[in-house]
Amino acid sequence: MNEMAQLQKRRLALYGWMLAAPALALMSLFAFYPAIATLWHSLFTRGTTRRPSVFAGLDNYSDLFADPTFWTVASNNLIYAGITIPVSIFFALAMALWANAHIPARSFVRSAYFTPTILPMIAAANLWLFFYTPDLGVIDQITGFFGAEPTNWLGQPETALASIIIVTIWKESGFFMIFYLAALQTIPPDLREAARIEGAGRWTYTRRILLPLLMPTTIFVFVNAMINSVKLIDHLFILTKGGPNNASKLILYWIWEMAFAYFDSPHAAAMTILVLLTLGIVAVIQFRLVEKRTHYR
Amino acid sequence: MTAQSPFIEIHSVSRVFNGGNGVHDLSIDIPRGSFVVLLGPSGCGKSTTLRLIAGLETADQGLIRIDGKDVTNTPPSKRGLSMVFQSYALFPHLSVAENIIFGLKVRKTDKEEIKTRLAEALSVTGLEGCEDRKPSELSGGQRQRVALARAIVAGHPLCLMDEPLSNLDAKLRHAVRKDIRDLQQRLGITVVYVTHDQTEAMSMADIVILMKDGRIEQAGDPAELYLQPATAFAAGFVGSPPMALLPATALPNDVLPSGFPPKDLTFGIRPEDLNLSTDPASEAWGISATVTGSEFLGAETFVYVAIAGTDGATARLPGRVHISPGTEVSLSWVRAAAHWFDRETGLRHAQATTDIAAQETSQTTEFQTSPSTVSTL
Repeated sequence: MNEMAQLQKRRLALYGWMLAAPALALMSLFAFYPAIATLWHSLFTRGTTRRPSVFAGLDNYSDLFADPTFWTVASNNLIYAGITIPVSIFFALAMALWANAHIPARSFVRSAYFTPTILPMIAAANLWLFFYTPDLGVIDQITGFFGAEPTNWLGQPETALASIIIVTIWKESGFFMIFYLAALQTIPPDLREAARIEGAGRWTYTRRILLPLLMPTTIFVFVNAMINSVKLIDHLFILTKGGPNNASKLILYWIWEMAFAYFDSPHAAAMTILVLLTLGIVAVIQFRLVEKRTHYR
Repeated sequence: MTAQSPFIEIHSVSRVFNGGNGVHDLSIDIPRGSFVVLLGPSGCGKSTTLRLIAGLETADQGLIRIDGKDVTNTPPSKRGLSMVFQSYALFPHLSVAENIIFGLKVRKTDKEEIKTRLAEALSVTGLEGCEDRKPSELSGGQRQRVALARAIVAGHPLCLMDEPLSNLDAKLRHAVRKDIRDLQQRLGITVVYVTHDQTEAMSMADIVILMKDGRIEQAGDPAELYLQPATAFAAGFVGSPPMALLPATALPNDVLPSGFPPKDLTFGIRPEDLNLSTDPASEAWGISATVTGSEFLGAETFVYVAIAGTDGATARLPGRVHISPGTEVSLSWVRAAAHWFDRETGLRHAQATTDIAAQETSQTTEFQTSPSTVSTL
């Protein structure tokens, strides 16, 4: 083989590694190493000065499954994800379709929809804390006007999780709308005109042309929404702190509680590993299943 | 409605956009089964006219009739027409077959009929074997044919085409031009075709409608447009290389039509009507010019000349002509070949043109036309 060609090949490989190196180093330091360390940590008992930590195998995991709080938190998070993901995607799409149409004050509508995204979650939570305040809050003021009794929205187990869910949807829809808006703008207007000439109405066009073409964006938004449903818990600190009686507690908040309020880091580590595992599996399924039915340009 | 009535009637239609573009008080009659080309530079309103016929734009005022029915405010899908877009507007996520039958499916056509019509459209456009491919897996020419197949599959009597060839390379364009023309004649449909390419217009059209600034400049068959351009604009737009347009003041007096002050006239001459002589003495008359360059194209040579006080002209000479830049030449022409236009309005002076021809045939340079018979078009 030509030496020059071989040299060039090797040089190209070297370039490749050099280009990947910075990202690889950062990822190793801040993602891969912590994940593996967590996995390792989750296999040991909690160490104290009198009883140093010893290898415990999967004991931490079986403890978790035996804990009723685990099942409450897991089902809370399932409900939370099951509602926030589809609903915020639906609102995002609806708002994007509207904000993309030729309407007066279009840019005002767009920025109005986007405002909740700019607000820090903590600020948004404080805002909603005011909305939800029994008797004095905006919501009770309005329902009170129609003669309803004041409700402690965040303070009772029946409504706490739902209240949290509404805040999340309000916060996320505007963010996802931006992705849909960007995607809508890449769809040439010719397609709509061609469909119109072929006799397709607004609904047929949306269903047969627009939604399939937005599918890549929907997948992206879906994955993001799913990650957020596990990741985004800032508002819990302000609104409910997981209460009452764990009614609005989500997985990550519980992990935080275990690790930093009860200083039980091995169980927190075990829970973290479970979350990582679940998210990984779901991501694989998502991409496998949905990609087959998606058209990428 | 009699059979003689036009298939499409556009009656003093206006559609003005904020930028000032659009069409103004436009009236066109298009006979059934004809191939009509809307020709013009960009921004002349030709695409707007097409979109008005399609129903993608709504007329501010005026009336549009298709096949005797008033469709001014009818939605596109109810007008019984199809359209080929410049970008083809194929649905990228659907296969070729799905793209073609999209309209039939939307209109809930019978399954068996869809099948036969699809097979027919595929065979007419030579797309058999590509049914299951996505548009992204097709070449430019194939995509163009899918767009064409989608346009003819429903069997609408009217097909609108918006610069359908502009995304193809030159060689393919030539072939498809012929295919489209053949298809139109075989199916007997009416085609309204928009282009800015005068070669396309000349080679395909039964009727060319030349537009400028939202108004019709001239309408007629291609030969009429070429041989008797109604305006200086039409003269300059149709033909390649374009007709040379010179101010009459740059010409010697004896070639001018009598009875018109030279400062009011523009003289036009087609490149092929220009004779070029390097020996001024051999010609009875001629205007002097300097060669600035030449282009050899095989069967012919274009010679570019500069004439004092003008933008220059082009002569089209048969075969290969050796002539170096800087050569002093003398230009002459058969007088009947000259076109005269009003300098101010750009309109053709029909009278001046016939007069100058008459002057030559009678061989009298002193021939006088009484001013009363002189008229402008």
